[in-house]
Amino acid sequence: MSGLTEVAKQKIRDLFPCYPSKQAVTLPALHIAQEEARCVTRQAVHEIAEMLELSSAQIHDTLSFYGFFKDEKHPLGDNRIWVCRSLACMLRGGDELLAEVCERLHVVPGQTTADGKATIELAECLGACDGAPCILVNDKLQLRMTADAVVSLAEGRA
Amino acid sequence: MSFEPVLLRRRGKPNSQALETYRADGGYTALKNALAMEPLKVIEAVQKSGLRGRGGAGFSTGLKWTFLPKDVQGPIYLCINGDESEPGTFNNRVLLEDDPHQVLEGIVISGYATKSTTAYLYLRYEYGDCYRTCEKAIQEMYANNLLGKNILGSEYSLDIFLHRGACAYICGEETGLIESLEGKRAWPRIKPPFPAIEGAFRRPTVVNNIETMACVTQILDRGPEWFQSIGIPSEHAKDPGSYGPKLYCISGHVNEPGLVELPLGVTARELIDNHAGGVWKGRQAKAVVPGGISMGFLSADELDTKLDFAGPGKVGCLGLGTAAVIVIDDQTSMVDVLYNTCRFFAHESCGQCTPCREGTAWSAKILARIRAGQGTLKDLDTLTDISNSIGIMPGTTICGLADGAAWPIKNALKKFRPEFEEYITSGRRSQSFEVAGSH
Repeated sequence: MSGLTEVAKQKIRDLFPCYPSKQAVTLPALHIAQEEARCVTRQAVHEIAEMLELSSAQIHDTLSFYGFFKDEKHPLGDNRIWVCRSLACMLRGGDELLAEVCERLHVVPGQTTADGKATIELAECLGACDGAPCILVNDKLQLRMTADAVVSLAEGRA
Repeated sequence: MSFEPVLLRRRGKPNSQALETYRADGGYTALKNALAMEPLKVIEAVQKSGLRGRGGAGFSTGLKWTFLPKDVQGPIYLCINGDESEPGTFNNRVLLEDDPHQVLEGIVISGYATKSTTAYLYLRYEYGDCYRTCEKAIQEMYANNLLGKNILGSEYSLDIFLHRGACAYICGEETGLIESLEGKRAWPRIKPPFPAIEGAFRRPTVVNNIETMACVTQILDRGPEWFQSIGIPSEHAKDPGSYGPKLYCISGHVNEPGLVELPLGVTARELIDNHAGGVWKGRQAKAVVPGGISMGFLSADELDTKLDFAGPGKVGCLGLGTAAVIVIDDQTSMVDVLYNTCRFFAHESCGQCTPCREGTAWSAKILARIRAGQGTLKDLDTLTDISNSIGIMPGTTICGLADGAAWPIKNALKKFRPEFEEYITSGRRSQSFEVAGSH
């Protein structure tokens, strides 16, 4: 499995002056790696560790704490769609929304659709309770969602 | 008496995010005012205003700043907590999406007051639009001498860096945030030492909330007396009072969910009826979350509780929290509500302290069993035991987020116990959905 591109490595190096320690670049570096490859490969972990002068285990420790990062066996689809299930969304149909979306796309939360277009995730409070039920598409919030709208987004039709 | 919004004044106006718009509306005069004062005088002004942190704990902002050691050699860090993740809460999102300069101006003023050399704005990953508006606003600030070296011709220099989280509730705890910023798993630290003495990168550090920064801007613009003229005054010698405007988030079963700015001390009933269009579908409220789910629940006969820093505590809630109000109607099962709440904390417990990791997981499992029609009355005692045994109050955990996991259980079983008993003894099962593999 491939490692980081030179572009990604340069983006990571560019962050060094922002922090008094190289270790602080861990989370930004993991974001850069995952944005590029839709997962963080084992090779990328080694390369980040080398750049930040840490052990691979330290990078992996941080990576695995946040359920956010995917390994190379579970790469993300083209789009990652998080459906909120916390209280404010639950009260306005969040659970039913997640259930219907999963059923129509033949996935359980955490899985990617067969065509590779979308990974469906469950989310704890996304911070858009004023527009419940809400979803997050990659890093963009979408408010007042219906199952039709989410499925359209997942199928790349919206 | 009507109240004119201050913090939300520019929300929804055309091009409200732009520096040009902000300046045309008097923006950055507060910073000029501050830079003309000694840093200590800025701290005094903020202390005098009575401003208490808007992130949840309600600690005096000015007092927190005075805990920094005197005559520090080397860097001081200012960390801004934008990891807003408490269910029901979205006030910081709206502030950053619509009016980033008001917050960023407050960061520069606070940096000047605390003599900070670098500020990190830790932003939850989910707020991508906030990230982009802040990124643009920060670029505008550098281009206009509002950041960087010798800000507005003064001796003071500051950089602000944006740092994105990765979807973990625990990063909202200030020392969890610091660990996360340093590139580690976000395990809260044992205190003391408090961040003011040893925080980010083992240096003196202040951690403040986003809305608090917007308040600092307004205090330096309009004066501490203005801030003190709003809200609920101190009730006794030990009460620091509840001063200033507050952003209240309203969600759940109301006709018009949204964000409103009001003087601290509005009642839950006024919020629902006058600012959220009332409970939806002509129904009544059964329970109301007063300030994010970790604060617990108000029952239907507690809706006249004032939502100031002291009010929710008077009826057994943990506190005002983030002032995020979630309304639950009378057709909703409190068993489902508490299950949802416990599942949240089980998912978000960072796992460092055994009582919280196991207690939150087991409380969610017990409630799932009750919802499956297999609960026993003894389960309610077990839940109560768990709720009394996790947190910094019983002294079993490192951070206070465990107390927040315990509180909704305590309140639900105290205020709604007959409903739980009836649910169990009648052999009911939940009508609501649970997606396979989603627990």
